[in-house]
Amino acid sequence: MNRPLARWIVYALLAAVLIAFPHIASRYWTDVAVFFGIYVILGLSLNLILGEVGLFNMGHAAFFAIGAYTTAILSTQYGVPLVWLFPLSGIVAALFAYLVTRPIIHLRGDYLLIVTIGLNEIVRIALVNNPWGLTGGPNGLLVLDRFTVFGWSARTPQDFYYLVWGFVVLVVIALVRLQNSRIGRAWNYVREDEIAASAMGIDVRWAKSLAFTLGAGLAGAAGTLYAAKIRIISPDSFTFSESVTLFSIVVLGGLGSIPGVIVAAGALMVLPEIFRDFLEYRMLVFGAAMIVMMIFRPQGLWPSRRWVRELEAETGPGPGDGPPRPASSPAKAAGGDA
Amino acid sequence: MADLLLETRNLTKRFGGLLAVSNLDFHVERGSIASLIGPNGAGKTTVFNVITGIYRPDEGSVWFDGRDISGMKPHAVAALGIGRTFQTLRLFGTLSCLENVMASRHSRSRAGVIASILGTPGQRREERDIQAEAERRLRQVGLWEQRHATARSLSYGEQRLLEIARALALDPKLLVLDEPAAGLNPQETEELVGLIRSVRDEGITVLLIEHDMDLVMEVSDRITVLDNGRKIGEGTPEEVQNNPRVIEAYLGRDEDDDDGAA
Repeated sequence: MNRPLARWIVYALLAAVLIAFPHIASRYWTDVAVFFGIYVILGLSLNLILGEVGLFNMGHAAFFAIGAYTTAILSTQYGVPLVWLFPLSGIVAALFAYLVTRPIIHLRGDYLLIVTIGLNEIVRIALVNNPWGLTGGPNGLLVLDRFTVFGWSARTPQDFYYLVWGFVVLVVIALVRLQNSRIGRAWNYVREDEIAASAMGIDVRWAKSLAFTLGAGLAGAAGTLYAAKIRIISPDSFTFSESVTLFSIVVLGGLGSIPGVIVAAGALMVLPEIFRDFLEYRMLVFGAAMIVMMIFRPQGLWPSRRWVRELEAETGPGPGDGPPRPASSPAKAAGGDA
Repeated sequence: MADLLLETRNLTKRFGGLLAVSNLDFHVERGSIASLIGPNGAGKTTVFNVITGIYRPDEGSVWFDGRDISGMKPHAVAALGIGRTFQTLRLFGTLSCLENVMASRHSRSRAGVIASILGTPGQRREERDIQAEAERRLRQVGLWEQRHATARSLSYGEQRLLEIARALALDPKLLVLDEPAAGLNPQETEELVGLIRSVRDEGITVLLIEHDMDLVMEVSDRITVLDNGRKIGEGTPEEVQNNPRVIEAYLGRDEDDDDGAA
C-alpha cells in the first residue's frame, strides 16, 4: 500500500520543482532548461527506435531537421502559424521517415547504422544546397513568428520553459502508456528475437516501421519548438555529430528507459554549462566519462526495469559476477541442470 | 477422406546445391498427434520452417485448413493458427515469462497507438484479457509461480515448457513442436507426454519432430519418416517400426545409439 503513495509523493515533488524552477532560476538557467527539455523530447523520440526496437539509427538529426525546416519554410513563406506547424512538422517528418525507411527497414545492426548516417548527410547537404531557394543554403532561415496559443504567446525564456516542459510531460505520459501496451511489447519482442516474434504473429516490418515513423514524428515536432526558440535555423544544427549526441543520450541513459533518457539528456545538456570554464577539456572529460560508463555500467545511468530484473535474476541464485552481459541462454541452462 | 488440417504437396526446398526437402507429400489429420522423424540432417526442421513461413518453398505447396499458405510471411501463418516452438530455444530472454507468453496474444488483439496512449476502456479490457490468457497458459504448463522471472533465469526444461506455453497462447489450431524433449530428464519427458495429450484433448492438433523414440512411439497417432529430404515411410507407430526401409535407413545405421540416448 505504501509504494503507490510514495510514488505519488515523488511525482508531486517533481511537479512542484518543474513548476517552480523558472521562478527561482535566472533567465540563463531557464534557457538551459528549455534546451534540456527539447533534448529530452529528441532523446525519447530516438529511444523509441533505438531503445525499444533496437534499430541502430545514427541519423536521427535528419528528422529533427525536417521538422525544423518545415516549420521555418511554412512560417516565413506562407505565414502558417507555429501552433499549426507543431503537429504538421511532426507529420511531415513522420511521413518522410516512413518513406525513406521502407527500403532499409529490414537491415540489421551495423548496416542500418551506416545507411542512417548517409541519410543524415544527404538531408544536411540538401539543406546546404538550397533547393528551389527554399532553405536559405548555409545561412539558413530566420523564423520571425511567435508561438501563440489562444492569444498567449511565448516570448520570455519562462514562456518557452512552460511550453517545452508541458510538452515533455505529455510525451512522457504517452510513451509510458505505449511501453505498457501491446505495441510497446511488440517492439521489445522484435528487439529480443525477430524470428521468434514473427513466429508468434508479430509483423516485424510493421513494428519497426511504426517505431521509426512515431520517433521521427516526435523529433519533427521538437523541431518546431527548437525553431520557435532559437529563431535561426541552419544546417549546422543538424550535423552527424548531433545524431551522435542523441545516440549517446539513449545509450548512456539506458536503452528503453524513459527516466534514463531524461537523466542522460540532463547530463549532456546541463553539465557542459556548469563546466563552461573548462571549455577546452569538456569534450575530453565527456569522452572519458562515456568510456568509463560503458565499461562499468553498460546498462546505462538509469536502466529500464528489464535490466533491473536482469540484475536481480543474475545475483539471485549464484554469486553475482560483475556487470551483466548479453549472455546466451545455454550458459544459464547448464547452471540450471546441475 | 479424412479431415486434413495440414498437407504438403510436392514440397521441395533447396539451399544452393543441397536438396533439403524433395517432393514431400505428407499430411496431418485434424485432432491427431503426428510426428516427423528421421536421422539428423533428414530435413525435418526445414519442413517445419517452410510450413511456418520462415522459408519459402522452391516447389510445391503447403495447405493449412483448406488454404494455400505457401510463401506466406511467418506472422501471417501464426495468425492463421500455427503455433510453434524452436529446436534451439528462442525465448525473449530479458523479458518475464508472462511477457513472453503475452507475445502470442498480439495477433489476437487490436488496440492501436492512439487507443494505447489514451488508455480507452476497450484497450484496458483487451490488456486484461491478454494477461489473463497468458497466465492461464503458464498455469497449464506449470510455470505460474515463475511468471515474473526472466525467461533466461529458468532451467532448461522450464524454458522448453515456456516455449510451449507461448505457442499455446496463440490459440493455435496446429501446435508444431521441434524436439520438445531434447535435454529433458525422464521425469520431465513423462510430464511432457501428459501435456501433449492434454493439448490434443483440448482440440489442438499436434505435429512434432522428436529424437526420443520412446516418446514418439508412445504419443503419436501417425508417423512420417524422412531421410535425405525424402519420405521413406509413414503410418502408425507399429507400421513404421516394421517398415524395412525405415529400419534400414534409420535404425540400422550408426544413428542407432544416438536415437536411444537422445
